[in-house]
Amino acid sequence: MKRATPIYGIMAEFDDPQALVLAARRTYEAGFRRIDTYSPFPIEEAAEAIGFHRNSVPLVVLIGGIIGGLSGYLLQWWISTVSYPVNVGGRPYHSWPAFIPVTFEMTILFAGLSAVLGMLALNGLPMPYHPVFNVPRFAFATKDRFFLIIFSSDPKYSATETREFLESLHPRSISEVPS
Amino acid sequence: MDDPTKNDKVALSDQPAPVLAPGHTFATVTDKISSIVLTRPVSNGWLVGFGVCFLLTMMLLFAIGYLFVRGVGIWGVNIPVGWGFAIVNFVWWIGIGHAGTLISAILLLLRQSWRNSINRFAEAMTLFAVAQAGLFPILHLGRPWLFYWLFPYPNTMKYWPQFRSPLVWDVFAVSTYFTISLVFWYIGLIPDLATLRDRAENPAARIIYGMLAMGWRGSARHWSRYETAYLLLAGLATPLVLSVHTVVSFDFAIGIVPGWHTTIFPPYFVAGAIYSGFAMVLMLAIPIRKAYGLEDMITERHLNNSAMVMLATGWIVAYGYAMEAFMNWYSGSPYESYVLWNRLHGPYAFLYYALLFCNLALPQVLWFKKLRTKPIWLFLISFDVLVGMWLERFIIVVVSLHRDFLTSSFGMYYPTRWDWMIYVGTIGLFVACMFLFVRILPMISIFEMRALLPEAEVKAE
Repeated sequence: MKRATPIYGIMAEFDDPQALVLAARRTYEAGFRRIDTYSPFPIEEAAEAIGFHRNSVPLVVLIGGIIGGLSGYLLQWWISTVSYPVNVGGRPYHSWPAFIPVTFEMTILFAGLSAVLGMLALNGLPMPYHPVFNVPRFAFATKDRFFLIIFSSDPKYSATETREFLESLHPRSISEVPS
Repeated sequence: MDDPTKNDKVALSDQPAPVLAPGHTFATVTDKISSIVLTRPVSNGWLVGFGVCFLLTMMLLFAIGYLFVRGVGIWGVNIPVGWGFAIVNFVWWIGIGHAGTLISAILLLLRQSWRNSINRFAEAMTLFAVAQAGLFPILHLGRPWLFYWLFPYPNTMKYWPQFRSPLVWDVFAVSTYFTISLVFWYIGLIPDLATLRDRAENPAARIIYGMLAMGWRGSARHWSRYETAYLLLAGLATPLVLSVHTVVSFDFAIGIVPGWHTTIFPPYFVAGAIYSGFAMVLMLAIPIRKAYGLEDMITERHLNNSAMVMLATGWIVAYGYAMEAFMNWYSGSPYESYVLWNRLHGPYAFLYYALLFCNLALPQVLWFKKLRTKPIWLFLISFDVLVGMWLERFIIVVVSLHRDFLTSSFGMYYPTRWDWMIYVGTIGLFVACMFLFVRILPMISIFEMRALLPEAEVKAE
């Protein structure tokens, strides 16, 4: 199968974020859906332009935080009342106000780690190799250039017409991305 | 005469200095910051500075080695003062760390864009300071190799930690704080590590930066999730940083020792932490911007704003001192009143007067804008604040403990040379880490500086 599609996508290079966002909007309007942009800093409008409006990181963080808080509290409750009850001057074993600080810290710890690991997992990182790195000019995507890619898996993709479409956006350069 | 910007400067002198000097582009900020790491040769000044700190680190290791052989008896601690330098230094270091999280998380949520050029090294400072702080309670354990007993894990002794003790809360607070600070710093670094990966000439550097960057390619979907995760982390780190010094203050406030048992401690500790933390940020930023020519990225505006944060938190600390003294009197407890008398007239009184001078009197010169923008003055005042905040912790720990309830158990505390060696050694290790950091990682967030440029803005259609 790989031999049949040696091209991963076609990539256009732009000089500034304004041009990238305009090009991305026009590409989306032209009906392309499997597209992406690459930029050296976050551009909210670029994500909007390619039709990526919501991500599920907040949900992952919420779940992580709830698990952290519950496990922190239940751990303390179980230790203090079931496994290792220590009578301190007749005070209750389930002395919940004393358990708040650790519950809080565990909530933050789990939520924070979920934010980091969830973001990396959803982004598919770490991924040392990726076809876009085959384009030599792509090294500037972490400096001062802005890239738009139409993946060959897009249903509207066609080797010649897609290239012509990208040329109509007046990019600085166009390169094919070998897969 | 032929410099047209000169006149502008005069005309604009009432305006706040810019966050980033004009004339930069995406390429120049990238080149300027990454070249410090990638191409700049090692200077003699760096070698001498790092060498001194390395020697101090060796002294620290020697002192810790001797401590392991002989035990905490080599320190000045004894009854009644069982918490000497170890706890003083623990609180001091962890307080210093707080400014980094304040800058990186709280100022991010408040949309203070001036934070973007100082957050990276402030976060590094947090990590290194919390690492020093973490050493002290462990060394103070007496049997430091059993430190893991503090964590709840199933064991054959059928034992669990006591969760009603603030000392156990401290274990959770400090380890969570270190972990979250580390991941926050690391994910902030990922896009910049990708920049270094793409720009490094040296193949080994390219591989190492490449592995650390985890294949970051700046995709719009990735950036979107990245920004969400970063913002959420900032939102989580904000209550976390307030909780950490609150829990540290509980170590004292939950005890019944006169001078400790007070409800003002949590806010007063947090304010003091930020006070000393900003002093450390300035003490690091001022020489770094000079040595690496970063005056157009760490501008007068940063110095001025940091100095104002110091002034404001200094007054919260002053309120804390006033309220402590008031409560000593208002409580009607003879033991509490004696705390104040002992601070003003006891054997350590000279330290209390030095504290009032360092933390309250001298920093008031920061009301003058002229001094807030003079690096050398700010450097000296920051040093003064760090000394003052260290004295504050010494007074809280030692002066409260050395005379509490029973006259028969009054005593004196004198630090030994081992106390001093470990304290000075941690300063050496901390600065050595900073020396290494500025050479191997970008000390200013490159991608956030790019986003600060006017051409980064995308106009609505």
